[in-house]
Amino acid sequence: MGITTRPVTQPATSIGWRTNRRVHYALKMTVVYLCLAAGGFFVSMPFAWMLSTSLKTLGQTFIFPPIWIPIPLQWANYVKVFEVLPFMRYFINTVYVSGLSVAGILFASSLAGFSFARLRWRGSTILFVVVLSTMMLPPQVTMIPKFILFRILEWIDTYKPLIVPSLFGTGFQIFLFRQFFSTIPREIDEAARMDGCGFVGTYARIILPLSGPAIITGFLFAFRYNWNEFLEPLIYLNTHSKFTLALGLRLFQGEFTTNWPLLMAASTIAMLPVLLTFYFGQRYFIQGVVISGVKG
Amino acid sequence: MFKLRYAQLEEIHGWLFVTPWLFGFLAFIVGPMLVSVYLAFTNWDILTPAQMVGFDNFVKLTTGDPLVGQALKVTTIYAGVSIPLQVVLGLILALLLNEKIKAMSFVRTVFYLPSVVAGVAVALLWRWIFSPDFGLLNAGLDLVGIDGPAWLADSRTALSALILMSLWGVGGGMLIVLAGLQGVPTTLYEAAEVDGANSWVRFWNVTLPMISPVILFQTVMGIIGALQVFTEAYVMTEGGPKYATLFYMLYLYQNAFEFLKMGYASALAWVLFAYILLLTLLVLRFSAAWVYYEGVSSKAGQ
Repeated sequence: MGITTRPVTQPATSIGWRTNRRVHYALKMTVVYLCLAAGGFFVSMPFAWMLSTSLKTLGQTFIFPPIWIPIPLQWANYVKVFEVLPFMRYFINTVYVSGLSVAGILFASSLAGFSFARLRWRGSTILFVVVLSTMMLPPQVTMIPKFILFRILEWIDTYKPLIVPSLFGTGFQIFLFRQFFSTIPREIDEAARMDGCGFVGTYARIILPLSGPAIITGFLFAFRYNWNEFLEPLIYLNTHSKFTLALGLRLFQGEFTTNWPLLMAASTIAMLPVLLTFYFGQRYFIQGVVISGVKG
Repeated sequence: MFKLRYAQLEEIHGWLFVTPWLFGFLAFIVGPMLVSVYLAFTNWDILTPAQMVGFDNFVKLTTGDPLVGQALKVTTIYAGVSIPLQVVLGLILALLLNEKIKAMSFVRTVFYLPSVVAGVAVALLWRWIFSPDFGLLNAGLDLVGIDGPAWLADSRTALSALILMSLWGVGGGMLIVLAGLQGVPTTLYEAAEVDGANSWVRFWNVTLPMISPVILFQTVMGIIGALQVFTEAYVMTEGGPKYATLFYMLYLYQNAFEFLKMGYASALAWVLFAYILLLTLLVLRFSAAWVYYEGVSSKAGQ
């Protein structure tokens, strides 16, 4: 496609109330932009500060007022992170735990969501209310008995307490999937049924392939939660080599109390997967917010 | 042999598909909740058998443990200051973004990205920002001639620092409100304009009522979230200085997993649950006065 540059012509401004209105509008938009710029500046500063610190030498962090662009940039900090602690190990552990948890949550929740959205069975309405009410229940109430249960099962210091409960889905995700599935026209199910497609087939071969956005949204919410989870790993994991990133980061804090460049490099690496998935899945995430009215 | 009717098949599959969730619900929610009720009436250190102590835990909790009051106070102040600020700032940001601005999606990303990161990495970042001598915040304050406080190291400012930090996530609330704003029918604004309403009147009488359910929702979720704050307190301040940031959840964790008072901690958990329920019901009760539901006259809701 060719690009043509056209001279921009300003329509002649008519005098009188229209001008007044234009001035008023321009004034308003100036205020809007100024506010957004100021707000954007403030919320971006912590990220900038984290990046800047991660590229400094330790000595440069004790300069006041702070320097923003250290010369030379200490990219080596990002390598050192992996040398002073088994950071790669923590990263892989976190991928493993959150990967399995997320897969389990998505599978079980989409199954239940399908049942609530598309199938007619006695008790489904009441059970769905129960699903919704579990979203309100604070996890603290079940935390201690769950710990005791997993202790009896001898699951302490394994990944099972972090993964197994996820394999059965969560109330929020079931709600999310039900809402999405309800928007797909019912005629599709009917057509599938005429073609001899069973319920499992309808779920796996008709509804799921149509629900890419729902799966991505569910993934974003579940991934963020499991990637950042701190309390449960803290309770269940004791051996250092089994630590997840959240626990490993704290070791940096303990052993290198003042080594902020390394700590910030490690924090950047730990935040990156969530930032990237949300950046690229932005469209779906916002859709999910609209559908559920929930921030994750 | 007999063939099942379609409706029966549907019924069976309906139950079959929720079976995984149902199992998880019974094993990891209902069962533990029942055990938790029992534990709340015992004294148990995990290592020796549990002893029934009746209401002792609840008596101690209400009369014999000043730290419970302190934890409730800290958590309530945090929720009471942080949530209204988040709601108002989120609303203002959403209104700004709802104007026809250029690069809208870029600006939106800038505001919402901080709200998606969470956990230990964020807590560590903010500990460094709050560093009294070399931190970002005091460097910024120095630029405008203010000698900043010690933030997390000072019992007078530690909680305020954590509230300030929570505002970094305001973009999450902004997204919800923005979604609500975009759902307000433009015909309402046009009608108001025809009636001669200026922009302030339009905001007050059209926008605000229309998005009030969204704000209510955000408030309720905010309460549930704020009362469960743990990571920040554990990583950044360990509840100090002088218990100034002893969040309820932190105190519960300490009792359970540091002092091994499983029975007492269970009682604490139920008190927290009751408190969340109470606050939520209060907000819902008050909401009747200001939340507008389409198609429901405000009188009918009483």
